[in-house]
Amino acid sequence: MAETVLTNPGKSPAQTAGWKGIAADWSSDQRAFKNVSWGKAMMWIFLLSDTFIFSCFLLSYMTARMSTTVPWPNPSEVFALTIGGHHIPLILIAIMTFVLISSSGTMAMAVNFGYRRDRVKTAVLMLVTAALGATFVGMQAFEWTKLIMEGVRPWENPWGAPQFGASFFMITGFHGTHVTFGVIFLIAIARKVWRGDFDVARRGFFTSRKGHYEIVEIMGLYWHFVDLVWVFIFAFFYLW
Amino acid sequence: MTNVAVHLEAQQPSLQTHAHDAIAAPAAHEKGQQHPIKLYLVVWGWLFVLSACSYLVDYFGLHGYLRWSLILLFMMLKAGLIVAVFMHMAWERLALVYAILLPPVLVLVFVAIMVFESDYTHLIRVLFFASPT
Repeated sequence: MAETVLTNPGKSPAQTAGWKGIAADWSSDQRAFKNVSWGKAMMWIFLLSDTFIFSCFLLSYMTARMSTTVPWPNPSEVFALTIGGHHIPLILIAIMTFVLISSSGTMAMAVNFGYRRDRVKTAVLMLVTAALGATFVGMQAFEWTKLIMEGVRPWENPWGAPQFGASFFMITGFHGTHVTFGVIFLIAIARKVWRGDFDVARRGFFTSRKGHYEIVEIMGLYWHFVDLVWVFIFAFFYLW
Repeated sequence: MTNVAVHLEAQQPSLQTHAHDAIAAPAAHEKGQQHPIKLYLVVWGWLFVLSACSYLVDYFGLHGYLRWSLILLFMMLKAGLIVAVFMHMAWERLALVYAILLPPVLVLVFVAIMVFESDYTHLIRVLFFASPT
């Protein structure tokens, strides 16, 4: 685990340990990320900027919740469902969490099989990931519908602080949008994998450049990030 | 460094014309992040367990500092597992790891600022709006 994996060729000098290595990489000519392709580095930087966006949403939610004098609605009861006569708190959100984590697992396996150049398994696992993601979005649509029917609006709700609706729709809506785009891109890349584009170095439709199986890992980074954001939303919005 | 990837396409512009022949030939590029499947399955299992634990915190209705510390603990463990193993951060060079992981830590400064701000707002609201008249 100590050794870094080389994902991009070219000059990749040996790594010095610790801060000396970081300083050496950053102060060297031309590129700071020695063994990471531009595609992967750009995805990481995009995810970093996305982290700040979601941080701002969660922070505004925190500010609203801390500064209101009206009691905050209890999410445990707001998101409870009655299934088979049993009143179970937060059950829908728990199921959504498990669905999203499962999709992260299948995505990780897809990345692994992609680098083993197992075309069929990679494509199938990516499609399973997309299906789980679509299930998640569907459940979120159900949740939104239920809450809107119960009278939750961005400016009011029947249970307490009016900011609850605004925070809820903004945070889960933005996250759901991310999941939706992820599903679309998963299907697009699964199609390329299935067709064998990366085995025959077929040129892309938009870019006219040859793709590699690394795109599966880059797609995976995005997908795991969506799961990661949900971990924080689940903890701060639903459980707190 | 046995897993140095070799990109061949620059030297082989003719590869594309023989696209269908090339399926059989295993191209010698991109070994990438190769880790045993078992590792992913173990992490996957742990994510399930940790999610179940954080759900149980709510199910059993724990309150106060116990609830918050447990929620934060399970959250950080889950986030750590996802970033380190699923996103392969554990195997990246430190130059990338620190470039990506340090900036979000600075968000905590923002958190601190907003905690002060919302405490102040809350105080003002209690003093001027919520007083029984």
